[in-house]
Formats: sequence, structure tokens, C-alpha cells
Amino acid sequence: MQRSNKNSILFILLSLVLVSFFIMNISLGAVKIPLEDVVKSITGGTAAKETWQYIIINYRLPKAITAVVVGMGLSVSGLLMQTLFRNPLAGPYVLGLSSGASLGVAFVLLGAGMLPAALSIFFLSPYGIVLASTLGSLLVLLAVLLVARRLRDTMAILIVGLMFGSFTGAIVGILTFFSTAEQLQKFTFWSLGSLGNLPWGHVGIMATVCAAGLMLAACCIKPLNALLLGERYAISMGINFRRTRFIIIAATSLMAGGITAFAGPIAFVGLAVPHMAKLLFRTSSHFVLYRATLLIGGIIVLLCDTLTQLPGNNFILPVNAITSIIGAPVVVWLLLRRRKGIYS
Amino acid sequence: MGEAKTILSAEGLSIGFRAKKGASGIAHHINLDLKAGTLTALIGANGIGKSTLLRTLTGLQKPLAGNILLNGRDISGYAPHALAQQLSLVLTGGLPPSNLSIYELVALGRQPYTNWLDALSPEDHKEVNKAMELTQTAHLAGKKYYELSDGQLQKVLIARALAQNTPLILLDEPTTHLDLLHKAGLLKLLKKLSAEAGKCILYSTHDIDLALQLSDELIVMAEGSIMQGTPQHLISRNAFNTIFRDESIVFDASKGGFTINL
Repeated sequence: MQRSNKNSILFILLSLVLVSFFIMNISLGAVKIPLEDVVKSITGGTAAKETWQYIIINYRLPKAITAVVVGMGLSVSGLLMQTLFRNPLAGPYVLGLSSGASLGVAFVLLGAGMLPAALSIFFLSPYGIVLASTLGSLLVLLAVLLVARRLRDTMAILIVGLMFGSFTGAIVGILTFFSTAEQLQKFTFWSLGSLGNLPWGHVGIMATVCAAGLMLAACCIKPLNALLLGERYAISMGINFRRTRFIIIAATSLMAGGITAFAGPIAFVGLAVPHMAKLLFRTSSHFVLYRATLLIGGIIVLLCDTLTQLPGNNFILPVNAITSIIGAPVVVWLLLRRRKGIYS
Repeated sequence: MGEAKTILSAEGLSIGFRAKKGASGIAHHINLDLKAGTLTALIGANGIGKSTLLRTLTGLQKPLAGNILLNGRDISGYAPHALAQQLSLVLTGGLPPSNLSIYELVALGRQPYTNWLDALSPEDHKEVNKAMELTQTAHLAGKKYYELSDGQLQKVLIARALAQNTPLILLDEPTTHLDLLHKAGLLKLLKKLSAEAGKCILYSTHDIDLALQLSDELIVMAEGSIMQGTPQHLISRNAFNTIFRDESIVFDASKGGFTINL
């Protein structure tokens, strides 16, 4: 009972941090805007200058919302993967889901020219990109799942993810030979990963796709708890394993695919955030971890995005650089902490 | 024992795997009858099909022929959820890495009774505590499962099965990796649970001498034959000499164990 009080306090604190990071993220940028005007603009009032309001509503607010959606979606995908594969190092980026999504997008951005005009218009629309990206990540996930059934070794699964990364890299390399400079530029910018420059319409599609994934994931909270003891115990406790696996795969593909379609491949968030949640709450209950991962995921990506603006007024670092600087040491640290085959 | 209720029974059961080129059977014509309040040991040499039999009895694997009746109803007719309230498992092998505390692990046994968010009601907490007291694991509640010794973990896994509150519990080699003291302690615990809580318990084991002393009944799996009965009954029928097809290993009825002739 003491534990649940402590959890409630942590949840309230995390929510406050999320809200304040959200406001901080919006108030920072090349143009200095007073906090008062920032709050007014978000809450529907009018800022002192019209340009400020324009910047906030059309540029900073969609970027902050994108950051929160990306953080939540990728982190929850990571949590789902880690429990499903019984592998603490699993995550959408490490398992190659983001590479799969990249491949889907690469086919669309670089190869659409080869399709009949009507099809190429559909595939170059945001819906077409989401579809291609989701299918790409679904394909990789199914391949990883197939390997995981044959190999019980958790490390082998990670190596398969790595191989998919190289494989998609190679395919993309071949595609670039046949594409125009303009297509290539578009794809290169996309592949660097970026939270900004998304129009409201795209943010809306991404948020809807992610919300669907998050809802599916919420339906799996109980079976995920059972899966902590492995497949056979889960079945013996009345869990429909096939259905659960299907829902988890659908949710993960939707979230990883939808996010990667618009924001590009974002590294390490999906791997690191669930571990932060597990360390902070010291539990395996997915009811707690699900909510904790949502909040921490939003916070971390908002923070990373804020850091990309640090070097000065005219530079914006790629968000992938920041997430990797934070995420890669986390992976090394997790490996070093491994005791008796147990990770944190 | 005559009036005890039959929980699980099998008739004319054939077990094995369905391959592409027809089925390959492992054992045939199996007849079993497991009653409430009875502790039954399943013994047999390595590779004879004990695990396959247990998997088949739990409904994880379809029988090649014959029926398995649970409370008089065919086991394949149970929905997963309903089956989980009748039958619980204790398996061998390590658990996947996680942060589970012992209390959380035992509480997972309440899954067939919790809501979609897996929230525990006061009733659930009561059952979890009862299971931990019965297995004398209450003092471990706050620990992580990877901090426990093999013997402690085995008891905790039994507590989880008890929390599931099923009339039937199946255990796959629960005494492996334990020393004699803990083997005996564990079997005494199972005996107590069957006698006092009225559970029907079936466990597979290689410790035949201990099984003979502490079980109410045994099922002996040998090539071509499967016998069930009380220890005395099976000894009188010379069942134990059929287990190992090796002339140097001989069952000594007077000692209740095997002797090895060099």
C-alpha cells in the first residue's frame, strides 16, 4: 500500500515535469517570446505580437506535440517488444523496425517515379507514406519473430535486427542510383530524423495512428504481465497467446511505422525509456510501467528536442544525434549491469 | 480413497507429435485416473515421454487419440480462461529476465480472476497471502525472484500455482537441482497440500526412492506399458524393473530403491 502512494506521487511529479517541459520547449527558439505570451497563445488567447502567435501556433506547437507523440509511441513500442521477446535490449530501433519503415519510405520517395501516375500520387501523399512505413516495420517484425521462434538466444535476435539495418541501407543505396537529386535530397533530410516542419495535417495523422497503437497496447496490459513468466505459464493462466502476440505486433507496427513515416528513424528512445521507467518504479507491473513509459517518453523527447536548439540561434542539431548521445551509453551500461543473465 | 472425486482421467490416450508425414506416437493406450487429495508421481526414464504426457494433460498439445476428461468434461472443450481456474502449472527452467518481486510473482496466479487491468482485489490479496503462508514463503515477499535459491524459487512457484486456486496442480520435475534436504522438504509440502487442502497433484520426477516413500500413487512409464497404482501395488507387480532396460540396474523391493550391479 505504501508502494502505491509512492507511485501516485511519482506519477504526479512526472506529469508536472511533462507539462513544464512542454511549455519550456515552446518558449525556447530562435525568436525570444515571453512566457506569458506563450501560455496565452497555447490556451487560446492572443499574444502581444501577431508574429509570435503565428510562430507558436504553426511552428512550435506542432513540433512540441510531435515530440510528445514520438516519445510516447516509441517508448511504449519498446516496452511491448522487451516483454514479448523476453529481451531487455529490444526496441523498435534496435530490432530494425525503424530500418524496415525506412525501407518502405525509401521505396516510396525514391521509387514512386517508376509507378503509374495515379499510384505515385497516392504513395507520395502522407497516407501513402504511413502505409509504406507501417508495412515496412511490420515486415521486419514478422521476420524477427520468425527468427526468435527458431533461436532462443536473445543476442541472436539483436544481430538479426542489425542485419536488417545493413540490408535496408544497401537497398536504399541501390535505389539512390535510380533517383533524381531532388528525390534524394528529400529522402536524406527525412532519414536524419526531424520533429519540426510538420504541418498540422501530418501531426494529426501521426497522432491518430499512435493513439490507435496505444489503445491496442493498453488492451494487452494483463497478458503482458502474464508473459513475464514466459509463454507456457501465460497460457496456463488463461491468456490467449496467439491473439496477444497479434495485438502486440499490430500496435508496435502502427506506432513505429506511423512515427518513422513523419519524424524519420529516431534512435534509442524506445530502448532506453522503458528501462528508465523500470528503474524509477522498481516494478514489473505493466499497468504502472505503461503509464510511466508514456510520461517519461514524452519528457525525454521534449528534452532532446530542446537540446537540439542549444548551440545558438541559427543552428538546430538533428534530434537523432541527441537521442543517440543519451541512448548509446544506456545500452552499454545495461550490458555491464548484467548479472546472472538478469538486466535491471 | 475409494470415494474421492476423480479430477482428471484419460482413456485410451495416445501421445506424440503430428508430423507432416503422419503422426509419430510416443506412447499409446494410456489410462489414468487422478483423484482429489492424492499426490501422484510420474516416473520413467529420460526420453520416454513424461514431458509430452504432461503437456498433453494440460491441453498444450493435442492427443493423437483418446480423451482427457477434466471433471468429467473433455479438456479441449474448456475455454483458456475456464481451464486456468481448474489447472495450474509449475514448470522447470529459468524465468525470463524481469523485475518481478516475489509477491508480484505469486500474485500473477490470480490472473484468471482479475479484471483487464490486472488489479488485485482484497480477496486476491487474501489468496496470495494464504498461498505464501502455506508454502512458508511469506518472508520472501519483498525480494526479487533472481535473489532466491533454487529451493526457495521452487516453493514460490508452487505458491503461485496455489494462488491460482485450482483443484489440479501439475509440476514438471520440481525436485531437479535440489539437494536431498530440499527435495524431501518439497515433497512433504506437496503431500501436505494434497492431504490438507484436498488438491489433486501430479508431478514428474527422477527421484524414484523418494517418490515411493512420499507419494500416494505412482504412474510408471516404460516402453510399451504404463501402470498406475499405490507403491505396494506396483512393487508387487514388479513395475520398477521395467523402467530401465539395463540388467545391471535392479530394483530391490526390500530396500525400496535401485541397486547397481558392477
